[in-house]
Amino acid sequence: MIMSKRKSMGMALYIFFVLVPIYWLINMSFKTNEEILGGLTFWPQDFTFANYHVIFTDPTWYNGYLNSMTYVFMNVVLTLLVALPAAYAFSRYKFVGDKHLFFWLLTNRMAPPAVFLLPFFQLYSSVGLFDTHIAVALAHCLFNVPLAVWILEGFMSGVPREIDETAYIDGYSFPRFFGRIFIPMISSGIGVTAFFAFMFSWVELLLARTLTSVDAKPIGAIMTRTVGATGIDWGVLAAAGTLTIIPGLLVIWFVRNHVAKGFALGRV
Amino acid sequence: MNKTENNKAWFLVLPVFVLVAFSAVIPLMTVVNYSVQDIFDQNTAYFVGAEWFREVLRNEDLHDSLIRQFLYSFAVLAIEVPLGICVALVMPTKGKMASLCLILVAIPLLIPWNVVGTIWQVFGRADIGLFGAALNGMGIDYNYSANTGDAWATVLLMDVWHWTPLVALLCYSGLRAIPDAFYQAAEIDRASKWAVFRYIQLPRLKSVLVIGILLRFMDSFMIYTEPFVLTGGGPGNSTTFLSQTLTKMAIGQFDLGPAAAFSLVYFLIVLLVSWLFFTTISHMDKAK
Repeated sequence: MIMSKRKSMGMALYIFFVLVPIYWLINMSFKTNEEILGGLTFWPQDFTFANYHVIFTDPTWYNGYLNSMTYVFMNVVLTLLVALPAAYAFSRYKFVGDKHLFFWLLTNRMAPPAVFLLPFFQLYSSVGLFDTHIAVALAHCLFNVPLAVWILEGFMSGVPREIDETAYIDGYSFPRFFGRIFIPMISSGIGVTAFFAFMFSWVELLLARTLTSVDAKPIGAIMTRTVGATGIDWGVLAAAGTLTIIPGLLVIWFVRNHVAKGFALGRV
Repeated sequence: MNKTENNKAWFLVLPVFVLVAFSAVIPLMTVVNYSVQDIFDQNTAYFVGAEWFREVLRNEDLHDSLIRQFLYSFAVLAIEVPLGICVALVMPTKGKMASLCLILVAIPLLIPWNVVGTIWQVFGRADIGLFGAALNGMGIDYNYSANTGDAWATVLLMDVWHWTPLVALLCYSGLRAIPDAFYQAAEIDRASKWAVFRYIQLPRLKSVLVIGILLRFMDSFMIYTEPFVLTGGGPGNSTTFLSQTLTKMAIGQFDLGPAAAFSLVYFLIVLLVSWLFFTTISHMDKAK
């Protein structure tokens, strides 16, 4: 019993460490700039929604959120669409160059985005995709597709082959088998893959910022607007930051029951 | 599992192949192209062979930031892996508390990286941040934008805050996959807590730890946004890591040739270290 008490103490301490910096940001987002700069207060003395009001009434601000969500959504769909059949191929068949192709895919997960900044900028400008959502979605595929193929391959290898064979004997065509039987069987794997794709696309800024200027500008880049000639608008910055946490929270909430199994990426 | 030989499977991987070719091969070829040419404008470029590579390999700034980068990645792994295992071990396993803890622990992973930088920028400031004010209140002269040591400590602490959850969640799911029978056997043998950890839990965590270490190494080696927001690479160059040096070179100074050569070297280092680590692990497996 003493051990489990010590365990919960440890857990509580760690969660405290995780939450305090976030609390400080949220706390600041409800303060006025005078109060923020006037000294430390542990909760807002002069509680205000003004900072949030700025964000929800100014189109350049809220469009930033919409832009980010649009390209993240596109990226997740695109990633799953191409990764599902590929992962199936890797988990079920031997074919010419399969191992090399798999390794080559994974090397793309290791490529530092900074390396690709300039070539991406030129490539997407030359095909007329600069400053579009799809450009960012495609660019994020660079690291999300390899990861997705890898995760899905793990989950698919856990499904016995006999299921495929029985279905084919029963007269299912490949597309019907894949859509009707196979995909539902690995739905938690797909959920986890979508979670990872969302996560890495939502948090990335370097590429997203480089590939956009106005129409598809992500929220992260718009946050630099709070630095003005008169100094930093801390309150609005904090409010904008707080709002970027919410989509992530919603997504974790949806996958919370799959986390234990899913984070092992189908490989335990 | 024995797989059937079937080259038609290529049709299934074709979409991935085309997509990744578009978003990786073409840009990479552009980089290779730049790295061997001296480019003045759109129409004038001279082939310079390995000149840029020689220049990059001799560049003192790059040596410094490479050393800093390795130190940083090493420190990150040395702190986050043990801490992540500890957190996974103390996490509740059943009921509502378990879900709640999972969600709370995972939060930092889903915060955009520039916001992570902002959170710590605010939190660590002596005038408006709780952390900075508390340290200064205790009589410690703490200022991350002026003292090199403080800047390093803050960047590291930020990374620990940000990424330990990944290791913790990986280990947590690894632990959940251990059948109860193992623990029951250990109880019959009267194994100590430490023995349970050393001979049951740790070996079963190996595959997730390999994933965790690889991901943490790769991502800490590419870190850009968080230190950029927090310290801007300063004071001086003390927290300027490789990606930031590269971006400065490519976009700030527009030295395309050297930047491209540097990019390739950078990429090769990540590949080499990941490959070495992975091969060593798989050889150790075979040796057993």
